[in-house]
Amino acid sequence: MFLAEYQSKELLAQYGVVVPDGRQARSPEDAQRLCKDIDARKYVVKAQIGAGGRGLAGGIRFAATPSNVADEARRLLGDVLVTEQTGSAGETVELVHIEAAIDIVQSCFVAIALDPSSGAPILLASGAGGVEFEQRARMDEDTVQGCALPPDSAEARDALATFLTGIGMTDAQDAAIDAIYAARLAFMSNDMTLVEINPFARSADGRWIAVDAKVAIDPNAGFRRPEFASMVADRPAPADELAAQRHNINLVRLDGNIGVVANGAGLGLATNDMIMDAGGKPANFMDIRTTASSMDVARGIEILLGDDRVRAILLTIHGGGMTSADTVAEGVNFAYAKAKRKLPVIAYISGKHADWGHRILRERKVPVESFDTITAAVGRVAELASQGRAR
Amino acid sequence: MAIFVNSETRVIVQGMTGRSGTFYTDEAMRYGTTCVGGVRPGKGGGSHLGLPLFDSVQEAVDATQANASLVIVPAQQAGAAMLEAIDAGIGVIVCVTERVPQHDMSRVKQALLGTDCVLIGPNSQGILTPGQCKIGVMPTGNAKPGHIGIASRSASLTSEILAQCSKAGLGQSTTVGIGGDTLHGVGFVDCLKRFRDDPETEVVVLIGEIGGRGEEEAAAYLETVDYGKPVVALVVGRHAPRGRRMGHGGTLSALGGGSAADKIARLRATGVEIAADADDVASAIARASAHSNKTGAK
Repeated sequence: MFLAEYQSKELLAQYGVVVPDGRQARSPEDAQRLCKDIDARKYVVKAQIGAGGRGLAGGIRFAATPSNVADEARRLLGDVLVTEQTGSAGETVELVHIEAAIDIVQSCFVAIALDPSSGAPILLASGAGGVEFEQRARMDEDTVQGCALPPDSAEARDALATFLTGIGMTDAQDAAIDAIYAARLAFMSNDMTLVEINPFARSADGRWIAVDAKVAIDPNAGFRRPEFASMVADRPAPADELAAQRHNINLVRLDGNIGVVANGAGLGLATNDMIMDAGGKPANFMDIRTTASSMDVARGIEILLGDDRVRAILLTIHGGGMTSADTVAEGVNFAYAKAKRKLPVIAYISGKHADWGHRILRERKVPVESFDTITAAVGRVAELASQGRAR
Repeated sequence: MAIFVNSETRVIVQGMTGRSGTFYTDEAMRYGTTCVGGVRPGKGGGSHLGLPLFDSVQEAVDATQANASLVIVPAQQAGAAMLEAIDAGIGVIVCVTERVPQHDMSRVKQALLGTDCVLIGPNSQGILTPGQCKIGVMPTGNAKPGHIGIASRSASLTSEILAQCSKAGLGQSTTVGIGGDTLHGVGFVDCLKRFRDDPETEVVVLIGEIGGRGEEEAAAYLETVDYGKPVVALVVGRHAPRGRRMGHGGTLSALGGGSAADKIARLRATGVEIAADADDVASAIARASAHSNKTGAK
């Protein structure tokens, strides 16, 4: 779960990372008024959305005066930003963060994560950061260098200094090391899965400043971090994704018109690949998980039936674990018994109690067509969805 | 033969008295797995499903000579349960628990360094050597003993592919679920190495997905060795949007992770036969076997 930029910075600042002086506003008037509290010669107005790729989508604006800040806030607030991570629907800006513009001498990139190989914290860094850094890093893996980040000690700091020198972070190096160890402490103390500071900028007065910061916290650690719930409370997420979460369903909204139900993340990804290959477009990724009850499944189906974009529903089910195929079929049946809108169901059902599952759908009069292979089911649902469009 | 587990494997279950623990221990025993006891702090001296209960893993190991453990406890306790099993010298730990905090796995991974312990999971369906040993939550109705070794990151997709393989007459040596999380125990490379040394295994199937570096590491390993057995791979999530988590935590890694296209290209470049989609794996195995017979790979 990513925190908003302002939350990320507040958290890092508590551990000693230097961040620009800033305030948050929900209206242009507030934005202008808050400028007097910020010690700055120039300002930056930044859209606070949950997805990355904001800079390239115009979500960061510079302003010379408080009245310019109000103008930029007016442009951003209520606007929909479409970045490569939001999907085509984009995300509406409801909050802006106003902060002092920094006179940047050098822009770097630093991130802390857990190394999947060793399990230990690792520093990822580059001597050249900035807005287009992610794109560059994606093209060329060598853009980012990794370095183990053991607990703070004189030896660890010496090793870090050597590493930073190697990537061109030589000036005011002690301040950079202090900032990195402050970020490490924040990372270790808060069940973070990622701290990304980009740009990690050296200012003209020799300070290293987190000009932008992105923190991800581990939702699985929420049981020992009660504060997480309030941190993400105002995070924008589609209503149907939140409803699905309450029923232990993983749902991600996509742009198509085929509602997809799969029991298992891998099976869901595999199904969506095959839909796209067949010329169809999934409206969602849905993993009802192998521990789902029939009521959980019913809720998942109801979400799809309530989605106006969806023309047909594809079930890709391999019964197993505690959720056999008949449990899933019962769930579909529950949802259809209540539903006003009964979309066609195309089903590929196999695994534990598959025959039973087929029988339930047939006998309870769910409008179902069953197929023997995923390929055949996907072909049929793609055909149905395209007919729906033409009508 | 087979890898990691076989008919000699003696299994204890950490969390045996819970709802899931009871269900899956019962299923494993019906399948023929040698289950020798359960661990439930405070219930030591009692019994459950006809097996003795112990307060700690060490006591269970001392009394039963267990060499494997199924960890099936709530996510809050999974890290501590794995650490306890590592300390007690368990050889193979299988953790099926989902949603284990990453920082707990960080401690577990560091505790594994320098030990011979094999961790499978977490968030894994477990490991199955058909006809010999099931440790996990996977269905077994469609599994058949044979010569295909499978390593995968997702559970139900693997069950589906395993069923398709069995239907095509392709039985399995061992199926390993390496798990869907970012931080996990054994990976594709560990499985490839074991399958290479296993005389029962003739073809290896890797079932991967977007995110993480596991498929890239497998490709890098295969580049450095004359593997000697055909390898088939399916990588799903080819059309998934970037930067969004798709069910498994591992699909979203710190810096975006590898795309499916990139993983497929790297694996293909090392001679791995790529399955076009989930329905193509049995055919891909046939293609890879035919090709390897023609070129005389042993």
